Amino acid sequence: MREIKVSQITEIVKDLCIKACTELNPDVQQAIAQALENEPSEAGKAVLRQLLDNADIARSEKIPICQDTGFTVVYLELGQQVNLTDGSLNDAINLGVKQGYTEGYLRKSIVKNPLLAPENTKDNTPAIIHTDIVPGDKLKISVLPKGGGSENMSRIKMMKPADGVEGVKNFVIETVNQAGANPCPPIVVGVGMGGTFDHVAYLAKKTLLRKIGQRNPDPRLAELEVEWLKEVNKLGIGPAGLGGRTTALDLFIEEFPRHIATYPAAVNIQCHADRSKTFIL
Amino acid sequence: MGAVKINTPLNDEVIKTLNIGMEVYLSGIVYTARDAAHKKLLELIDKNEQLPFDIQGSVIYYVGPSPAKPGQPIGAAGPTTSYRMDPFVPAMFEAGMKGMIGKGQRSQQVIDYISKYTGVYFGATGGAAALLAKSVKAAEVIAFPELGAEAIRKLEVQDMPLIVINDCYGKDLYQQGRSKWAIK
Repeated sequence: MREIKVSQITEIVKDLCIKACTELNPDVQQAIAQALENEPSEAGKAVLRQLLDNADIARSEKIPICQDTGFTVVYLELGQQVNLTDGSLNDAINLGVKQGYTEGYLRKSIVKNPLLAPENTKDNTPAIIHTDIVPGDKLKISVLPKGGGSENMSRIKMMKPADGVEGVKNFVIETVNQAGANPCPPIVVGVGMGGTFDHVAYLAKKTLLRKIGQRNPDPRLAELEVEWLKEVNKLGIGPAGLGGRTTALDLFIEEFPRHIATYPAAVNIQCHADRSKTFIL
Repeated sequence: MGAVKINTPLNDEVIKTLNIGMEVYLSGIVYTARDAAHKKLLELIDKNEQLPFDIQGSVIYYVGPSPAKPGQPIGAAGPTTSYRMDPFVPAMFEAGMKGMIGKGQRSQQVIDYISKYTGVYFGATGGAAALLAKSVKAAEVIAFPELGAEAIRKLEVQDMPLIVINDCYGKDLYQQGRSKWAIK
């Protein structure tokens, strides 16, 4: 067994929260720069230039890329040979979120008792924590701060098996079309297919950890990703919705076996900042 | 075409010169308000009570900034999605508001009110929050401090980079942009 003290996890989560919110990932920066070269719309180009300038300011001054520093979603891949000591794993993660959002001057956007007595938790906790137990003695921690504007434009649909792949494609394109300028295009589109009602949304969101350009290892799904991305970019929404050919930077599909009676599909829309950071301990 | 410089408070004469797609550098005072603050403002309007700021000719910025670092007037300060404030717009116009800053499309009702009250809806680039914060020279919480990021702030802005999304002539830049660039 390898021993990991949970206090180490707190430190890492804190650091990942701050970095995810202030440092645009290189793959995203590269994709926006590439889009600037390809985008024919002048208004669209002006927006893309602003986004690159914005990323420079955020990185050099260590301030958030976006004021909405999100709901903190944490993905863990915990090796089964790891022995976590000195406290609760989930408490350690939430402490890391609290420290990161406080010390990093990030916005605290989470309210408890949302139905009857909404009240800000004042430290952006609780985080949403997904833990996978995997072989090995490592711990992989990914932090994905998810903004509310793009989350509001995301959708889930329990389709019919008869709807088929065309049905899912139409659902994806319609979801992006309806979202329009709202989720801060150019967006990243995460598509989940299969599993249960809850699992399909999990699949869609988890694709957002991929790097721009990282295709599904199944070549048939990889082909669909490229084809659907092309379709999405025909919508004309463009950067900031001002019109243009860069509506999405990428589109990711992840599937899971489904029940013979069900055909669940989910579309999780991510904004152009496409924030996430990962650390392997 | 270069950007036009305009100042708050806004009046009909200035607003009538604005057309969709125009780039604007806005200077002067703008007030922040989003979901929770609008709800409270409307309660005051309903009860005929005094508002915490002079709403005549005012521009409302839909933003909940991140906390300011020491020595800075404000943290990151980009727009939030505007449609959530659509239900509050008629009462805000009736009370004297003239302009709104946000991101994302508005309802037809809002577009109609913009024409009816000679108003304007500006877009700020969503997610360009560090850049937009550069145009904020001073910020002060003036109402509902208990709302935290959602409190009403009085911002002094200089050359804030905006684009006209909906003008007082009923036009919509989002619709126009999309139909120009869509591939059928």
